[in-house]
Amino acid sequence: MEATLATIVASASPLVYAAIGETISEKAGVVNLSLEGTIMLSAMTGFAVSVGSGSVLLGFAAAMLVGMLIAAIVAFAGIGLRLNQIAVGFVLTLLAIELSSFLGDPFVGRQGRGVPSLPIPLLADLPFLGRVLFRHNLSVYGSYVAIVGAYLFLFRTRRGLELQGVGERPEAAFARGIPVNRLRYLYTIAGGALVGIAGAAFSLHVILGWREGLTSNFGWIALAIVIFGGWHPVRVASGAYLFGALRTIAGKLQPVFPGLSQILPLLPFVLMIFALVLVYLRVFRDLADRHPALRPLLSSDPPSALGTSFHRE
Amino acid sequence: MRAREALGRVGGLALPVALAFLVALLLLQLAGAPPLEALRLLWTGSFGSAAKVSDTLGAWIPLTLAAAGLVITFAAGLWNIGVEGQIVAGAIAATWVAREVPGPAPVMIVLVLLAGVVGGVLWALLAGVLKTRGRVNEIFGGLGLDFVALGLTIYLIIGPWKRAGIASTSGTDLFRQEAWLPIAGSARFPLLSIVLTAVAVVLVSVLMRGTFFGLRLKAVGRNARSAHLLGIPTERYLLGAFALCGALAGLAGAIQVAGAFHKLVPAVSGGYGFLGILVVLLAGFRAAWIAPISLFFAAVAVGSTQLSLRLDLDSSLGGVLQGVLVLFVLLAGGWRLRRARLARVDAVPGGSTAPDVEAEEA
Amino acid sequence: MSLELRDIRKSFGPVRANDGVSLTVEAGTLHGLLGENGAGKSTLMKVLSGFIGADSGEIVLDGRRLGLSSPRDGIEAGIGMLHQDPLVFLPFTVLDNFLLGARARLDRRAGARALREMCERFGFALDPDAPARNLTVGERQQLEIARLLWLGARVLILDEPTTGISAIQRTKLFEVLRALADEGMIVIFVSHKLEEVEELCARVTVMRRGRAVGEAEMPCPTDRLVEMMFGRVLAEPEPTHTRPGEPVLELERVRLRDQGAELSLSVGRGEVVGLAGLEGSGQRTLLRACAGLLEAPSGRVRVEGRDLTGRPYRAFLAAGVHYLPAGRLEEGLVPGLTVAEHFLLAGDQDGFVIDRDGARRLARAKIADHSIVGTPESVAESLSGGNQQRLLLAMTPPEVRLLLMEHPTRGLDMGSADWVWARLLERRDAGTAIVFASADLDELLRYSDRILVFFAGEVLRVLDARRTTGEELGHLIGGKELV
Repeated sequence: MEATLATIVASASPLVYAAIGETISEKAGVVNLSLEGTIMLSAMTGFAVSVGSGSVLLGFAAAMLVGMLIAAIVAFAGIGLRLNQIAVGFVLTLLAIELSSFLGDPFVGRQGRGVPSLPIPLLADLPFLGRVLFRHNLSVYGSYVAIVGAYLFLFRTRRGLELQGVGERPEAAFARGIPVNRLRYLYTIAGGALVGIAGAAFSLHVILGWREGLTSNFGWIALAIVIFGGWHPVRVASGAYLFGALRTIAGKLQPVFPGLSQILPLLPFVLMIFALVLVYLRVFRDLADRHPALRPLLSSDPPSALGTSFHRE
Repeated sequence: MRAREALGRVGGLALPVALAFLVALLLLQLAGAPPLEALRLLWTGSFGSAAKVSDTLGAWIPLTLAAAGLVITFAAGLWNIGVEGQIVAGAIAATWVAREVPGPAPVMIVLVLLAGVVGGVLWALLAGVLKTRGRVNEIFGGLGLDFVALGLTIYLIIGPWKRAGIASTSGTDLFRQEAWLPIAGSARFPLLSIVLTAVAVVLVSVLMRGTFFGLRLKAVGRNARSAHLLGIPTERYLLGAFALCGALAGLAGAIQVAGAFHKLVPAVSGGYGFLGILVVLLAGFRAAWIAPISLFFAAVAVGSTQLSLRLDLDSSLGGVLQGVLVLFVLLAGGWRLRRARLARVDAVPGGSTAPDVEAEEA
Repeated sequence: MSLELRDIRKSFGPVRANDGVSLTVEAGTLHGLLGENGAGKSTLMKVLSGFIGADSGEIVLDGRRLGLSSPRDGIEAGIGMLHQDPLVFLPFTVLDNFLLGARARLDRRAGARALREMCERFGFALDPDAPARNLTVGERQQLEIARLLWLGARVLILDEPTTGISAIQRTKLFEVLRALADEGMIVIFVSHKLEEVEELCARVTVMRRGRAVGEAEMPCPTDRLVEMMFGRVLAEPEPTHTRPGEPVLELERVRLRDQGAELSLSVGRGEVVGLAGLEGSGQRTLLRACAGLLEAPSGRVRVEGRDLTGRPYRAFLAAGVHYLPAGRLEEGLVPGLTVAEHFLLAGDQDGFVIDRDGARRLARAKIADHSIVGTPESVAESLSGGNQQRLLLAMTPPEVRLLLMEHPTRGLDMGSADWVWARLLERRDAGTAIVFASADLDELLRYSDRILVFFAGEVLRVLDARRTTGEELGHLIGGKELV
């Protein structure tokens, strides 16, 4: 049981990175629809650089850069050029996927080093939690940091509050002296960095290696999980772990129900629809009204200015 | 006026197109391939022989049909990412008819194509209802349905419709001859498909530019609330747009199984749905430009298979070229607008300085 | 401390919003900036607060020249602006709204304390944990004022603050402003309402068409102010009122919300009924229920004797009921479509194919008829607010039985507003019944036969417009009877 849970935590870590990264970007008001392509291209780049240089760390760094670069293009097109963010994101998705196939060709089937295992000294000996959470590697631990960091940043710091303001009502943020567009660039690229790391987490840890379509569908799934998670880091992460759990269960049931794995990519979308429908139910709205502290966790409204461009006049 | 517009548009395209080719050349260098040779192969691979031209047209047909349908959904303000699933649904429906329904050749053709249309329409309406009643964004609803359609196809191919003896993902058994689209003379694909496609493009063009339906659909796409106040039944129009796109996509699916593969295969939609979105973006959402742009994309797609055969390059170079092209054209368009904005002394929409404060919900 | 604006110029395309405006304000004064809609007051204040950059001119505070290129500069200089629509973040709590943008580290406990102190100082009652969207406009203003003062504003600009707040809230606001001026702050009160400026301000600068046309020490004869505002003394012809005819609209025991009170109302041909009340008090709900855009929880709606309860919107349209929303571009017009295309959509034509030439001819005729500044090919968003309203009216067919309007003249300059009402009165004389909602008490008193006052989602009172006063109306809007 613990082994299964540990596998789930590890295999979900790339999804956590990607979904948290996209949450940050969308909280600032920018939709980065290119996730599917970015993860693929950064996974390939991470592996290629790691094989070429012999350093897993460099691989991660390269993947991160790829994520940041693509996010920068999305940000520039959406903010600087005021193009439709969905259009640019979609084109970049297809482009990045094809690029990953083209440039990754020479690396198919190559062997590469993965992220070395690193159990944390004291924590790894804890009963149950130790085996589930603390006997992994830096890549997985990083995903924990991403969740906690994003939560604390968004809800406990001044900058985080400003970030939320930017995505919610840019004119109001602007009137308060907040540099809206500069922050949008910053957070979109930061989100892209996390997405890039997600790619490396795939090709250098969870799946290890490269072939065409390695990370297929995970980008789309991450996007759905952000919505399911109501743009709240903790809920988003739960969505990622939930999906990981379902995947593992489906894997175990595969011999019994062949073809079950075909339904898998579907599930986050079902979950997302489920969450959207649930949240409109009276029960949850009343609960939120009675316990204001719970409100951010229960709301499912997108940042109001998501996808729009801001100009001061 | 229209000629000047068109000319200006072509001129504006020159720079991004040139840049896109430069990028392609760069990538070729990176991959260690001789650029000129690669370009020559692209050309001969798509138009070099009658067979190749057939292949290119074979790709052009589903791509153009999908793009034509997407023009309609884009006009309604929708991102119909579910178009891939709609092609697949049409293919499945057509396959079912081809397998289960008996009849002579001419009747079969009609039934198979009709089934494709119906399948596509139903699948599209699913996405539509999810949006209008379930408030599910059509991007995610459509994606989900794409996955469902794909899953369904694979299930059918290795399950109930599997080839006698071996269940293989290479597809079902071939259709009976009556269900094959007719080939005229020495052509390698059915003339009927071309005719249908051309007619579709013309009809969509006329529909969008010259009819009340097109105008009302545009109103719904740009401001559904105003459209509703003007008396336009917005839900009906949105679903209508989905249905029309689904019809064309489903038709493409039917043509794929009845005319190209003559059986149901997992990759029946071939990515033409997503590629169709690129085509429409490049065409500036205008129906008139779809056919030529689609032809170019089809040529690149077909031609790039030669690259992997002869130069040991991954055929995805074609996809890269398509993607880079659309990206650069979009960015160039945005850049032009930005320059125009900065050059002009800022004009507040409405000119008046009084704020138009929005009323809140009572 | 003194604030000086020197020769401020700002143009938006061909429109010269500020054409060399100069203004001096002394500390401890409540300075009024008076002018009709479109005179350039808002633009000037947005320049002063840094929200907009001026094309040329200087701003000098305490002898120091300020470089205001962004609101951040304004805030650092101690200049705070309360926008006409207070810029609050609706889903966030009051406390988070209070804290957002502050320089200090985020400390919610300390922030809550500071908010409480501010509220006590001015007599505000704000719940830190409530979501801001639950606040009324008046309360949002209070939140913003508390916040700006906490951040150390020394200059406070209020842009049309009394629109949409109750009389009680207005009184409180004026108290606060007087107290702030007494404490030595510079307070600039921007308004188009003469009586309020007269009541509150010590000095007034009047703007007209982008220029500062005069200054006055208060008290000052109203006629002089009017002359400066409009360039002429206004002759106020009272619109004639006729007896209403056959009932056009009948509401029978209609509830606007579950558990609400029942409303029965009959509006006759040629009658004008005004709906008064704070934003969100139920006027919009009533208008939309009468238009068939929403179904009231209970009761019957009859148009010209025909029971249309529960029927879809198109049935109401067919029965001759037309609804003109407040958000012209948001709900009435379609951005991206041309004037000619709007007429096509609004027209009666059935049929499949569009006759482009015929459409253009029709559009040209209507443009001339309604003095719309624009061509058949102009896109809706390129028209000014006044012209958008003319377009919307031009799109309404001539023989409309019932015209429902939300804020018919909001944001319009006097010329356009007068034109709109001239057209509306024409229709009234031809037998159209008009029901309109407005935040402008003068407009309500001038044109209505009867006024329905809304409060908290229900109709509080039905008044005879000729027998009530602005004071009574202002109090009723806030839920209080005039004692």
